[in-house]
Amino acid sequence: MISAQVLNEWYPVAMAAQIRAGMQRETLLLGQPITVALQNGAIAVQAADRSYPVIERFGHVWTCPGTPAHDLFTVPEADQPGRRLVDVGVVRVKCSPLRAVENFLDIAHFPFVHTDILGAEPHTEVNRYEVQIREDSDEVWATKVTFYQPQAAKSAEVGGVTEYMYRVPAPTASVLYKTCPVKPGEWDVIGIFVQPLTEELCDVWPWMALFDDTTQQAELIAFQQMIFVQDRSILENQIPRLLPLDPGMEIPTQADLTSIAYRRWLKRRGLTYGAQMVAA
Amino acid sequence: MIRLYDYVLSASCYKVRLMAALVGEKLDLVAVDFHPGRAHKSSEFRKLNPAGTLPVMVADDLTLTESTAMLVYLASVGGPDWLGPDTPRGVAEVQQWLAFSGKLAASLGMARLHDMILYPGNIDALRGDGHGALRELEARLTERRFAGGVWLVGDAPSIADIACFPNVMLAQDGGVSLDPYPSVRLWTRAIRALDRFIEMPGIHRLHELKPAPEVA
Repeated sequence: MISAQVLNEWYPVAMAAQIRAGMQRETLLLGQPITVALQNGAIAVQAADRSYPVIERFGHVWTCPGTPAHDLFTVPEADQPGRRLVDVGVVRVKCSPLRAVENFLDIAHFPFVHTDILGAEPHTEVNRYEVQIREDSDEVWATKVTFYQPQAAKSAEVGGVTEYMYRVPAPTASVLYKTCPVKPGEWDVIGIFVQPLTEELCDVWPWMALFDDTTQQAELIAFQQMIFVQDRSILENQIPRLLPLDPGMEIPTQADLTSIAYRRWLKRRGLTYGAQMVAA
Repeated sequence: MIRLYDYVLSASCYKVRLMAALVGEKLDLVAVDFHPGRAHKSSEFRKLNPAGTLPVMVADDLTLTESTAMLVYLASVGGPDWLGPDTPRGVAEVQQWLAFSGKLAASLGMARLHDMILYPGNIDALRGDGHGALRELEARLTERRFAGGVWLVGDAPSIADIACFPNVMLAQDGGVSLDPYPSVRLWTRAIRALDRFIEMPGIHRLHELKPAPEVA
């Protein structure tokens, strides 16, 4: 039995451009079969018993299998003129949808998994940063995150310290803001939208809103796919399969502040699909 | 300059990038939006390669669309030792394993595309065929080991090894474990230990061995 708290959230289920181009997507959401397709010019999400509400935002199709508890979050920066919006495309991962989000929030693995791109030894230290669960928006935020990166983005030509902000505005979605290499003073925005197929299987849709007038679209997509697929084999081998929400055998360090806040937030809100409540 | 129309997650494209790195040939890489854009099926791309497949290599007026042919070209240009033993038997055996690499792509490679980027296919059949191919490879490499060899053909790594390596190393991406194939795993370590070896997402360089555990 899936709780109302879980059912009443918004989840990504397709890339809007693909559905608009005529693709019919038969897929799963929280273990239930759904069809995403174009009907009379509008994108519709059909389940066995009824159709679900639809929001088209950030290039993707979002739906809610229950009664929406609130609107889908927004990313105001994405509407700034001059940004390139990049739909990176789906990657399927055999892991808990919550683990896919948690991995996105983690910085400490950069030198070891994204070697010579997002990190490099010996620059492995995660400096102190700030984390809060913002009561007004009910979102998890990490700010003042800094890390040394050899190639922070496709557009980055030299290594340097990148500043990040991380945000979790929905149970299976996260957005990060990072120093824009070609436009200092602005943030590049990168999102990860995770569709929970089951508690141990997800479709992940990375998405970007960047300032970059020179890089070819195919190169931007390839860069982000390369990064994400470097994470994939790690995610598929994490144990336990479900994300533990109770403190148990794990001993978090200072670098794990964001992950701890995310887990607390999930637990407090009863968003336990893909989570394990009792320590193994 | 040799130009390669490339997709970062493609095993066949990586095969060519790896070969080029091993023989020290520079490639001019052109990213093609294979996924999600399917740009390799566009009419514009089909002017270059009517089959609509990746990779495509262009060197002056030579255009190649088969990755094994690209390995032959790169080795011929940059490192003829990689072509394998120049004996009737050696030449024929290299051809045998180049052709065999197509079986790996059609089974393990397709299982990976199915599991990772939702390509259609009968996943059980693809994995079954993948295991069949891995058993052939395991048998060959075990025989080679019993005879004191490491590589598929001859006493040195060749284009035959490079042709077969990527789809084998990425088998886990398609839900096929290499656990039952110890000779294959040892062979992948030998390839990853080569000078000038390069990685792709899902294929890691060989890290320094951990110190041996202390025996109580």
